[in-house]
Amino acid sequence: MADEEHFDVQLVVNGAAHNVRVPARRLLSDCIRHDLRLTGTHVGCEHGVCGACTVLVDGVAMRSCLLLAVSVDGSRITTVEGLTERDGTLSPVQQAFEDCHGLQCGFCTPGFLTTITAGLRTNPDPTQDEARDLIGGNLCRCTGYQNIVKSVLRAAEIERERAAP
Amino acid sequence: MTTKMFGEPIARVEDDRLVRGHGAYLDDLGHDALAAAFVRSPHAHAEVLDIDVTGALEVEGLLAIYTYEDLPDRLAEPLPLLIPHPSLTHGRTQYALARDVVNHVGEPIVMVVARDRYLAEDAAERIIVSYRPLPAVVGIDAARAAEHLVHPDVPGNVAANMMQRVGDVDAALRNAPHVLELDLSIERSASTPMEGRGVLARWDPESHRLRLWTSTQTSTGVRAAVAAKLGLALVDVDVITPDVGGGFGVKIMHPWPEEVLVPWSAQLLGQPVKFVEDRREHFISSAHERAQQHHVRVGFDDEGQLLGLDVRFWHDHGAYIPYGLIVPIITSTQLVGPYKPGAYRVEFDSLYTNTVIVTPYRGAGRPQGVFVMERTMDAIAAELGLDRTVVRERNFIRPDEMPYDHGLVFQDGRPLIYDSGDYPTSLEKLKKLVGWDDFAAVRDAARAEGRRVGIGLACYVEGTGVGPYEGGHVVVEPSGKVKVATGLTSQGQGHQTVFAQIVADELGVPMADIEVVTGDTRRFGYAVGTFASRAAVMSGSAIHLAARAAREKALKVAADALEADPDDLEIVDGIVRVVGVPGAEISLGTVAVLSNPLRYAFDDAAKAATQFAVGDTGKPPVPEDEEPGIEGRDYFSPMQSTFASGMHAVVVETDPDTAEIKILRYCVVHDCGLLINPRIVEGQIHGGVAQGVGGALYERMAYDEAGQLQNASFMDFLMPYVSEVPERIEIDHLETPSPLNPLGIKGAGEAGVIPGAAAFAAAIEDAEGFPITAMPISPSELFELRRLHSKGLST
Ligand code: FES
Ligand code: FES
Repeated sequence: MADEEHFDVQLVVNGAAHNVRVPARRLLSDCIRHDLRLTGTHVGCEHGVCGACTVLVDGVAMRSCLLLAVSVDGSRITTVEGLTERDGTLSPVQQAFEDCHGLQCGFCTPGFLTTITAGLRTNPDPTQDEARDLIGGNLCRCTGYQNIVKSVLRAAEIERERAAP
Repeated sequence: MTTKMFGEPIARVEDDRLVRGHGAYLDDLGHDALAAAFVRSPHAHAEVLDIDVTGALEVEGLLAIYTYEDLPDRLAEPLPLLIPHPSLTHGRTQYALARDVVNHVGEPIVMVVARDRYLAEDAAERIIVSYRPLPAVVGIDAARAAEHLVHPDVPGNVAANMMQRVGDVDAALRNAPHVLELDLSIERSASTPMEGRGVLARWDPESHRLRLWTSTQTSTGVRAAVAAKLGLALVDVDVITPDVGGGFGVKIMHPWPEEVLVPWSAQLLGQPVKFVEDRREHFISSAHERAQQHHVRVGFDDEGQLLGLDVRFWHDHGAYIPYGLIVPIITSTQLVGPYKPGAYRVEFDSLYTNTVIVTPYRGAGRPQGVFVMERTMDAIAAELGLDRTVVRERNFIRPDEMPYDHGLVFQDGRPLIYDSGDYPTSLEKLKKLVGWDDFAAVRDAARAEGRRVGIGLACYVEGTGVGPYEGGHVVVEPSGKVKVATGLTSQGQGHQTVFAQIVADELGVPMADIEVVTGDTRRFGYAVGTFASRAAVMSGSAIHLAARAAREKALKVAADALEADPDDLEIVDGIVRVVGVPGAEISLGTVAVLSNPLRYAFDDAAKAATQFAVGDTGKPPVPEDEEPGIEGRDYFSPMQSTFASGMHAVVVETDPDTAEIKILRYCVVHDCGLLINPRIVEGQIHGGVAQGVGGALYERMAYDEAGQLQNASFMDFLMPYVSEVPERIEIDHLETPSPLNPLGIKGAGEAGVIPGAAAFAAAIEDAEGFPITAMPISPSELFELRRLHSKGLST
């Protein structure tokens, strides 16, 4: 079997432009993790159910294990590494997880952080119920979600604190 | 004065790295490694007739294909039976690659190594294995019936029959005013960490050294197993546990076939090789737990006091039994919970089935035991028309009866003796927290509105911190930073934080100056592993002792330098000072420099320790019986386990039409001795409770009769999302110190999951008015039960 056909794909990931040459079947999750070596994005199921692989594609939370790298050619992607502010300050959502003990093993965490980041953009002041809804599609086996819900609410609070003059 | 860190709910030191996406889990390492994939059996039971690899050979990027035939010497022998036991008369373990028979769907038969995982899977797909299917034994009923055998040389599919007894149970039952019989069962579930198994191996031929990273709960165990299988000296094998994305028991099992095959092929190919399990592989080729059937006979008096308890049960351990009888032994012994059972007899068969192996999953046999005992308590209460808490209260071991010897042998081979605990107070707290005494009114009011609500409770005792031992190493660097190592591994429990808290208190150094490493054999070579809620108790105590040794050494050296008495010194914020003498002080870093007499100065600090600068020329530079450096190493090896306990109460509402089960309240009273970090303990409880909810209402391994696992994906295996867990888990703590370790602590890791199934069954029973005897329970099963009971057809 000859080497399979490769395609040029251009991705802007966390603000940096990358050109990669990948076969058509290369998952975006694998491309991010193994071609770009941004291993903060995790893979928990590879069938779109756990949300660990969630990244922001042009600002929208998407499951990178359900996308082919070639299908997002030209997109701007934000991974967990890109949530941190340029000066190294943790983003409000990252800070909230630290404040509220929102993680244990940390494997699911990147997917929650990206999902919540996108969610709070749409709804910056969620109620407890809305916070639960917001994370309703992500699996975590460690935390029982109690402190993740708290982290969502706390992140919204930090956003407001930081925005205040 | 530095604030005491022990007991403080401080934020975790692990988190900063992890929330930035800078964690390093197994598959984040070895980008240059070759990838392994496996051809696994699609049959639950079959003879392997032929393996044709021709089609795979043309796959670009293929490096190697291995079958059983290729395995040398020790690798060709069955994998180890890790925990032998005299009752385990028919122990069978698997080959790293199947030899001529496969015994469960998912058993590995061929290993493929290629340039990347996509190509390895391409090649694996093109390998044709011919099978002659054999009848599959699936489930406890089929195993007991033994119409077919899993292993032809194991009669009745029974690997072990074991019995323990205290007193004359037959006489006790004969003479008891009341006797009840119950049949109870629990289905399979599994640890299901978000990260599956994975292993990466790098062989360095020049230094003749193997370096192995594996997502494990025991790096020293893997090291010993791999060294033995590959014929290497222990000192030539380093096993490093990277960040681990959850374990919950499944990763204590070792060596997995992949853990020996990957380093072997890395050695052969002279290139790093990596295997990362995918989700389906995790379901069908790692491990499950929980499935048991129990038959109980219980005798009691008019007050509900137990007189005799006779438990016969059957434990499904899957196709092989590498982890021995640990799970059913725990069930047998922890079943008695906080109670005095009167005469007690427990007997089990551990049975082979053509399904995935069974090894401990968080709780490890206790959820089943607690389910059985608590269902029995509820049945007694119902029989006598007594309040369920009253029956429990009457059977509790009282605090003044501690230590309490049950006369049984626990999972560690030691007598089952409870060290401490206060069950009556726990129950009082729980009743108050959940509002037990007022619940009848709540239930009646709901009924009047056509709603069904019910309350249930369940109590447990959990042996934690089992031996044999763990060790700790603490060293103060010349910079004043403190480096701590212990051999057991971490999977998200926050060990770096709590161990640093212990060291901070002992050594008087700020948290920020302490770094803790776990599960790296290069840093600490003697260890057992992380299981049985033992890390805090065992390594915490060892590290505490090691830090104390380092402190004593530091005070001695500082006393010399300050010309003071060691007893007059204190260490605050990394500075050793003479109490009450301002200015008489020296930094811990300088003490570390002075403790190591030098010939060569490499920086200003070191100058202070060189031969023309320090030392009494009348004495050897390193005093006799001393060592250079401010360092402590110590081990903790207690006589026996320490027993934590707790009680959960749950309030549910069941839908009168759809039989959906909704959680209204979930309350926990938890006693794990003194708390090192309450925030971390609560996190452990939260996670355990969620797994308990899963085990009670959602999770099961849906094997069909042919042994195919029908729900081997997150799409079909219903692991709780946030929508399935209670909105609030209400927690109250009781802190009964353990007398068995210097910190007074007990384990906390597993507790949250243990009473879940029992408490839910009780609450649903209370809401519905008929007995619940099998868990998990789905709305359709509850619906069906309602139908049977309304027709009076119940069993
Ligand atoms: S890995 Fe993509 S959703 Fe689970
Ligand atoms: S923190 Fe471990 S899976 Fe969520």
